[in-house]
Amino acid sequence: MQVRSLPGLALALACAALAPHAWAGKTLDAVKQRGQLQCGVSTGVAGFSAPDAKGRWAGFDVDFCRAVAAAVLGDPQKVAFTPLNAQQRFTALQSGQVDMLSRNTSWTLTRDASLGLSFTAITYLDGQGFLVPKKLKVDSAKKLKNAQVCVQAGTTTEKNLADFSRANKLAIKPVVFDTYEAGFKALFAGRCQAYTADASALASIRNKEAPNPDDYLVLPELISKEPLGPAVRRGDDEWFAIVKWTVFGLQEAEELGLTRANVDQLLKTSSDPAIQRLIGSGEDTGKLLGLDKAWLYRAIKAVGNYGEIFDRNVGAQSPLKLPRGANKLWNKGGLIYPPPIR
Amino acid sequence: MLGFLNQPAGFDIGETGLLVFDAAQPLWRALLVGLGNTLRVSLPALLMACLIGLLVALGRTSGSRTWRALGGVYVDTVRNTPLLLQLLMWYFLLIEWLPDSTQAISLLPGVWLSKGGLAFPWYGPVEAGAGWAWSWPQQDTFNVVGGAAVSPEYLSLALALSIYTGAFLAEVIRGGIESVPSSLMEAAETLGATRLQQISRVLLPQALRTIVPAATNQFLNLIKNSSLAVAVGYPDLVSVGNTALNQTGRVVECVLVMMSVYLALSLSTAALMNWFNARHALKGPA
Repeated sequence: MQVRSLPGLALALACAALAPHAWAGKTLDAVKQRGQLQCGVSTGVAGFSAPDAKGRWAGFDVDFCRAVAAAVLGDPQKVAFTPLNAQQRFTALQSGQVDMLSRNTSWTLTRDASLGLSFTAITYLDGQGFLVPKKLKVDSAKKLKNAQVCVQAGTTTEKNLADFSRANKLAIKPVVFDTYEAGFKALFAGRCQAYTADASALASIRNKEAPNPDDYLVLPELISKEPLGPAVRRGDDEWFAIVKWTVFGLQEAEELGLTRANVDQLLKTSSDPAIQRLIGSGEDTGKLLGLDKAWLYRAIKAVGNYGEIFDRNVGAQSPLKLPRGANKLWNKGGLIYPPPIR
Repeated sequence: MLGFLNQPAGFDIGETGLLVFDAAQPLWRALLVGLGNTLRVSLPALLMACLIGLLVALGRTSGSRTWRALGGVYVDTVRNTPLLLQLLMWYFLLIEWLPDSTQAISLLPGVWLSKGGLAFPWYGPVEAGAGWAWSWPQQDTFNVVGGAAVSPEYLSLALALSIYTGAFLAEVIRGGIESVPSSLMEAAETLGATRLQQISRVLLPQALRTIVPAATNQFLNLIKNSSLAVAVGYPDLVSVGNTALNQTGRVVECVLVMMSVYLALSLSTAALMNWFNARHALKGPA
C-alpha cells in the first residue's frame, strides 16, 4: 500500500495509533520473516534513487538499502522499494510501510526529536543551492530579489528559502509544489526564475531532466547544511544499530582499502585484525547486532565500499560527476568519520 | 493539543491575497492565509459557475438548435472528464502560452500578464502595520512587482472550477426551467412581457425552488474541490495544511484542523442556502 492521499494518510495514521509499540525490537524479525527489506526512497533523483534502463532501482541511496539487505538477508536483491515524496516519507516510516528511509532527507533536530524516527548516520553531506536559467544572467543567489522560486513542499529547503529571503531582504516568492518533479518542470516551463533544492539533487536535475543542461546553472552559494542519511523508526534500537553500523562499516571499508574486487581475496589472506573484524574472518562483530559473522562482507561484496558507491552513482564514474568535497574520508581532508568497527 | 499552532511557521506563502504573511508569523496564521486563499478562489469561481450554468441552461432550453447542440456538447464533455485533468490542462496551457515573467505583456495600463500571473493595481495593506496605499505594478528584472497579482495557479484553478461546476449547474438549472409549465410563459407573453421579462420575472423565480436545493450540492462540491489546488501548487488551505503537517510532524492535529474548517465552511454554506430556499419557498397552501 502506498500512502498517496489524505484518506490513505489518515488510514495509515489510524493503524499507527492503534499499534504504537508493536514494532519495538521487531523490525529485524519482521524483515527476516518477510524475506524482504522494505525501503523508502525518493520518487526519482537520478544518481541517488531512480529506476535504471531495466527498471531496477539504482543509485546512491538505493545502494545503502541493498547493503542492509545483503547484511541482514544475505541477498542485495531482496529489497522492495517504495518511492515516496517529501510529504509521504515520514508517515510511511512511522506507519511501518517501510523499514528504513533511504532518500535525500535532512537530519534536523525537529525531525529527530518529534517525528518518531531516528537518523542513523550521514551518508551525504549536502547543502541547499539554486538552479537558474543562464539567460537570466544571475550569478549569485543574492541577486534573486523579487524572484519566484519553485520549491518542494514540506522540506527543510522550503524553510531555508524563507530564512534566506528574510535575512537578505530578497522578498522571494516561493511557488510550492508537492512533488519534486512538478517543481523542476515548472522551472523548465519558465514559471519560476529558480528552483531550489539540495545541490546534489540540482546537479541530478540539470544533468538528467533539463531540456538542455547547458542552458542552466547551479549558483555557487550553498545556503544551508543538509546532512542526508538513512532513518529508521524510533524505538527499535536493534534495527537502528544494524542500519547505522552498515553505513559505518562501508565507510570503514573504504578507509581500510576493502573493495568489491578484493574482499574475497582479503577474506582468505589478510592478517590485519581490523580487516578481519570487518569481514568476519576474525572477531565476530555480527553477533552483537543479531546478525552472523559475514554481515559486512556481504554488504561490501554487494555494493562495494563507501567510496565505490559514491563514485559509481554520483561521483567521478557517473554522469553527475559530483566532487567528493566534504564527503571525502576524514583522513583525506573530508568529514566522513566512521566510529571504529570493533 | 493545538498549542503548536502558535509556533512560527518558518515557511513563506507565495500568494497571500488580502492578508499579509511572513515566515516568522505563527502557524495558525499560515492556515488562515490558506483558508483566505481557498475562499479567494472558491467565491469568484462560484459566481462564474452560476453565470456559466445559467447561460448554458438557457441555451439548452432555447428554440435555437445551434445553442442546444453547443450546450449539450459542453455539458457532456466537461461533466464526463475528471476535474483534476481539466485543472492540469488549464494550468499547462497557461504556463505554455503565457510570456515569460521577464517579458510580461501589458493588457491595459498597469495590468500585466505573464507566467508570473496577472498583476493589477491595488489599494491595500503594504506591509504589516504600515497602513494602506495604492500600489501600481511595473516590470522589474524578474517579475512584475507591486500592485496585486493572481498567479497562473490561481487562474487555472478558478477557470477549472467554474467550467466544471458550471456544467453541473447548467443541468440543475435546466431541470428547474423545465419544471415551470410553459403555459405560465405564454400567459406572460400575452400580457405583453418581453422575452427578458419572461425569464427574469416568471421563469427564474419559479424555477429557483427546484434549483436551489440541488445547486447547494454543487456549491459544496466546488468549495471542497478547490482542494485540488495542491496539484498545481496554489497555496489553499489543504496545501498550506499539508506543509504545516509535514514541517511539524503533527499529522493528526493538522488533518483535524483542515477537516473542521471544511466542515464549518460547508455547513455555513448549506445553512445559507437553506435560508435562501426557505425565503423563496411557496408560502401557505399551494
